[in-house]
Amino acid sequence: MYQFSGKLKLASIILIILGALGIGYGFLTAPSTLEEAKEIMAHQTSHGDNHGNSHGEKKEVHKNEHDSKSGAHENKPIIDNETSAHDSHNDDAHAEHVFHQMQNKPWSAFYVSLFFFLGISLLVLAFYAAQRVAQSGWSVVLFRVMEAISANLVPTSIIMLLVILSASVLHVNHMFPWMAEGTFDPTSPNYDAIVDGKSWWINVPGWTIRGIVYLLLWNAYRWFIRKNSIAEDTANDGNKTYKLNYNVSVVFLFIFMLTESMMSWDWIMGLDPHWFSTLFGWYVLASLLVSALTVIAFVTIYLRSKNALPGVNDSHIHDLAKFMFGFSVFWTYLWFAQFMLIWYANIPEETTYFMARFNEYKLPFLSMLVMNFVFPILLLLNSDFKSIPWFVVIGGIVILTGHYVDVFVMIMPGTVGAQWSFGIPELGAFLFFLGIFIYTVFSAFAKANPIPKGNPFLEESEHFHYYNIEHRGEESEAHH
Amino acid sequence: MESSKVIHALYNDDEILLDAVKAVKAEHHHIEEVFCPFPVHGLDKAMGLAPTRLAITAFMYGITGLAIAIWMTNYMMIEDWPQDIGGKPSFSWFENMPAFVPIMFELTVFFAAHLMVITFYMRSRIWPFKKAENPDPRTTDDHFLMEIPVGDNVEELTTLLTKTGAVEINVVDKH
Repeated sequence: MYQFSGKLKLASIILIILGALGIGYGFLTAPSTLEEAKEIMAHQTSHGDNHGNSHGEKKEVHKNEHDSKSGAHENKPIIDNETSAHDSHNDDAHAEHVFHQMQNKPWSAFYVSLFFFLGISLLVLAFYAAQRVAQSGWSVVLFRVMEAISANLVPTSIIMLLVILSASVLHVNHMFPWMAEGTFDPTSPNYDAIVDGKSWWINVPGWTIRGIVYLLLWNAYRWFIRKNSIAEDTANDGNKTYKLNYNVSVVFLFIFMLTESMMSWDWIMGLDPHWFSTLFGWYVLASLLVSALTVIAFVTIYLRSKNALPGVNDSHIHDLAKFMFGFSVFWTYLWFAQFMLIWYANIPEETTYFMARFNEYKLPFLSMLVMNFVFPILLLLNSDFKSIPWFVVIGGIVILTGHYVDVFVMIMPGTVGAQWSFGIPELGAFLFFLGIFIYTVFSAFAKANPIPKGNPFLEESEHFHYYNIEHRGEESEAHH
Repeated sequence: MESSKVIHALYNDDEILLDAVKAVKAEHHHIEEVFCPFPVHGLDKAMGLAPTRLAITAFMYGITGLAIAIWMTNYMMIEDWPQDIGGKPSFSWFENMPAFVPIMFELTVFFAAHLMVITFYMRSRIWPFKKAENPDPRTTDDHFLMEIPVGDNVEELTTLLTKTGAVEINVVDKH
């Protein structure tokens, strides 16, 4: 059985502490008053660096947005308080706008990493459920790895609930602009007719309840399937437990497909409440799914190198790499499907999403296409490369970086606009959640037998051999 | 073509065939050909065949398709008859590129797939009205046939093949 080594435990705790310091630094350096924000802005412009330049661009974007909107709704000139404010008393309102973005920055840095790790854990769980539902043979020896990774769902869900959901609802942060006072009140200067039009979905009580329900449902399935998967080992009851696990997984997959889409509307699309895209749920799914498969491959390769996974051979790694490759292409397909329709239709309320990203996030937005598509295609296309661990690791690091950037570019433009940067708060948040990930995943893995003995497909999984590759370090006759 | 004797050993299971091929190769006999009703995974490796270069041709055909798609969209949509579609009259291929991505994708796949199949047929010497080459029609149903050229070692080979589980062994003259 695997022992969670003291060294690794120490490393994870150091990561958590370092990360917490970074997060704290982010909150301490964020301006707390409008005057401080103005000072920072003056500092930025005097240096004439990138940030100063992008302010100008941003103003222009907002003006365009406003022009097109007032054309469409002439009887309601004040649709978006922010945009009209830019025209009337530009400087003060702009300063206040930037001030809010600066205040959002440490929260967003935290949120990007939280969502990335929460989403990966959730998608590992969903992939695991899919393996059970498909009654797949190859992946059985990886079940305990996937269960261990899904353990990270618990701390990330708690943080999501306590920090992001509560803080947003209680107005501690202002990442979700539609939660501002007066958004749904026609008499208020903050009134937003577009958001009010979807108030049947996007309202504070509904949003909060839905968020709690998603987290509860996911964690309930995780708790159940982990307990019953271990029970399966010693059940010896003619596969009764196995069938129960199958049935529950079917139900979970159904719930997951609904809640995952709704989660992406609530937690990501809600950051840009005017904008909408019908395939956004799948897009988020694809991004998290390819990251989840990469993380499974990483943890598997690591544990295998520690001799903690006796049943895993090169063919399992090969299959995981095939999934990494395949879902990278799937992600690109969805990215392009979303982009091309919006680009071609050219409807202002849809193009704002890409305008903001092309104008202020050009480098991360375009480089992530290279990292998430071109690089995996070139590296993982060759069948032989997919079973060589260090190739998979190199490809995986680029894929994970690319999808972190993807989540970054999904969240940041809506919350901090042009004020983005990647510094200590962002890195700190990532290390913080990486530390939690290492701690929970490996302590969960150490708690169960690495071989799910009771699974009827275990034999098939242990003898899995993809015909086209040679297994290193074993007899080539082994697959008979 | 010289007239020579070959042994035809028939098997009725792909796993037995695979083991037989390995046993025959272990005795350093040359296997001329194996006829199967369906592809047997790992057979090419067991027979010691060189890896296929079909994948390389597929890649080149794909690149050709991509190039033709780029040339075609540029000629049709930009040079020959420029159009203003969806308020995008930029008349530059690159700025209208997102609209051409589906065409580039489809032609890449089209060229790679069709030319790869045609290449495969040509390399396998299969073309319309060609007479079947397989020596025994049962290899299109449920039998596998291993063809080994023989000189004066018929006895030795027959014993070996019987041991590997062949259901029928024939020595025939090949023309």
